[in-house]
Amino acid sequence: MEVSAALVVNAIIAGLLLGGFYAAVSVGISISFGMLDVVNIAHPAFIILGSYVAYIVNDRFGFDPIVVSLVLSPLFFALGMALYRIYYLCFEKRGQESLRGLAFFFGILFITEVTLVLVFGVDYRTVSTAYGGVTWRAGDIDFPMRLVVPFLVSVTMVVGVQLFLTHTFFGRAVLAVAQDQLALRLMGVNPVRVKELAFALSIATAGVAGSFLIVIQPVQPAIGREYIGLVFAVCVLGGMGSIWGTLIGALVLGIAESFTSTFFGPSWAPAVSFGLLLATLAFRPSGLFGR
Amino acid sequence: MRPMSNRVFAVVAFAVAIAFAAVSQLIPNEYFFTAAYTVLQFVILATAWNILGGYTGYVNFGSAAFFAIGAYSTVALYNAFKAPLPVMIVCGTLVAGLAGLGLGYLTLRLRGVFFAIASLALAVVLYTFVVNWDYVGGARGAYVLQPREVPFGLPRYIHLLYIVMVLQAAVSLIVARAIEKSTLGRGLAAIRDDELAAECSGVPTLRLKIIAATVSGALMGMAGTTFPYYLSYIEPTSAFGLSYSVNSIAMPLIGGMMSWIGPLIGAILLGSVQQLVQVMFSLGAWNLLIVGVLLVLFVTLAPNGIMGWVEAWRRRRGR
Repeated sequence: MEVSAALVVNAIIAGLLLGGFYAAVSVGISISFGMLDVVNIAHPAFIILGSYVAYIVNDRFGFDPIVVSLVLSPLFFALGMALYRIYYLCFEKRGQESLRGLAFFFGILFITEVTLVLVFGVDYRTVSTAYGGVTWRAGDIDFPMRLVVPFLVSVTMVVGVQLFLTHTFFGRAVLAVAQDQLALRLMGVNPVRVKELAFALSIATAGVAGSFLIVIQPVQPAIGREYIGLVFAVCVLGGMGSIWGTLIGALVLGIAESFTSTFFGPSWAPAVSFGLLLATLAFRPSGLFGR
Repeated sequence: MRPMSNRVFAVVAFAVAIAFAAVSQLIPNEYFFTAAYTVLQFVILATAWNILGGYTGYVNFGSAAFFAIGAYSTVALYNAFKAPLPVMIVCGTLVAGLAGLGLGYLTLRLRGVFFAIASLALAVVLYTFVVNWDYVGGARGAYVLQPREVPFGLPRYIHLLYIVMVLQAAVSLIVARAIEKSTLGRGLAAIRDDELAAECSGVPTLRLKIIAATVSGALMGMAGTTFPYYLSYIEPTSAFGLSYSVNSIAMPLIGGMMSWIGPLIGAILLGSVQQLVQVMFSLGAWNLLIVGVLLVLFVTLAPNGIMGWVEAWRRRRGR
């Protein structure tokens, strides 16, 4: 295959656009896994759930999926609060989070996926948006709107989360939980409450990211699994609990995947995130921006 | 009562397995063998998972990957020179063991959760690899035909596969029990209870964990080696089915993770229930939902599983 400059530039653009979306998918894991030490394997299940919620509303009423997901994000927030309550009472409080907590989230992932299969079947679902079929062209370079719009909202969301964590009292409390829970307790703050809200925030971002996913590509219940490796790869690559790291890691992964699809074929793309994850774990477990 | 020595247990287990296999040959219903094969598959997977999960406290989400390694090494050997079944079983077991060794070597030195995530991702990557590997059929799948002639005068090939599976299950249980009762098992238990303390008391934690990951992976691979013959046709989606990963976690958790008997009970119970649901309602997806719900219920409400109840009951009676 001849490698032209346009092909390379297109691969980079597509990778960056995809990477922005990956950042939105992974930012929740950076909060729950990176900061709160809650290994939420079920994160991708909530992304897919977000996709289906956006799909249902879009299918019935024709509203824009991304707007829908932002409006309905409080639902996901509430779901996250409930889930953390159960997790805390059954596992964290008893000191059983390492094995049984993991199995719990795995079960939740599985139940969500199977329930979606039972309700919606294994058909791929799509949404119709005003910009879905539009592509801007600048010379040889394509900017498909179905990637550009999620990219812009994704990056806004990730930057928003970062600003929220560093510039608000509650956000700083979350960062403090990540560092020293005992100290927080001595300050008169209840770390469990802080973790509950922060975990809920992470689930809310997953729900919103789900709407980006279904704008970008058709969705069926089982594709959530492909994102498990991806979200943790981004989180570890960027450095645990660093939101900027997550953004950079996601962009790196997006470009790596885009190049793999372009030059080796799209069927190889799912292997990239795992390769990056293993390489990071083997050579630099603290990630690019790890403390 | 003194616990049985490993040798006695091995003899007893094999005797029971052979007796069981022989008696069940009298069952006229062909379906029994097909169903029992699946249940036995889960006995092996659950027992293997428990060596790393229950004894050591490291969660492996990628049982399906190891299972598929066993299955696809059989396909590769079948395509290469129609190797005899014992060769396939040994090769698949070894290759899966090597995969366990590699994954363990790369990730077990880190926090336990990284091993769990890497094992999950391993399934995705191997799946991608197999889908793109035309020699073993790629995404289309491959045919692995059962030999026309069935050895030992058995009526059908499934009877042979069933006997192989019974023996493999016996081997898995013997290995698991031997590990449990050995110094290795005590080292693993020390890691599970407090890895730092174990390390400080001179337990070579990394080496023990890697041994456990290797043995566990090898046994899971062994369970997959006869699978292509069982179906006569194999494709990546069935070999990498998430149900293997979920079941091999759910069964030990439901049965009880502290000893070799828990996964056995969990696998027989949960495996049979799934077969029954399959036969009575022919609803595959409901099966998976049942397993998922039971997993979550047990892990939240009865963290020590069925054997935990038995222990509690015994203690109450003993007092």
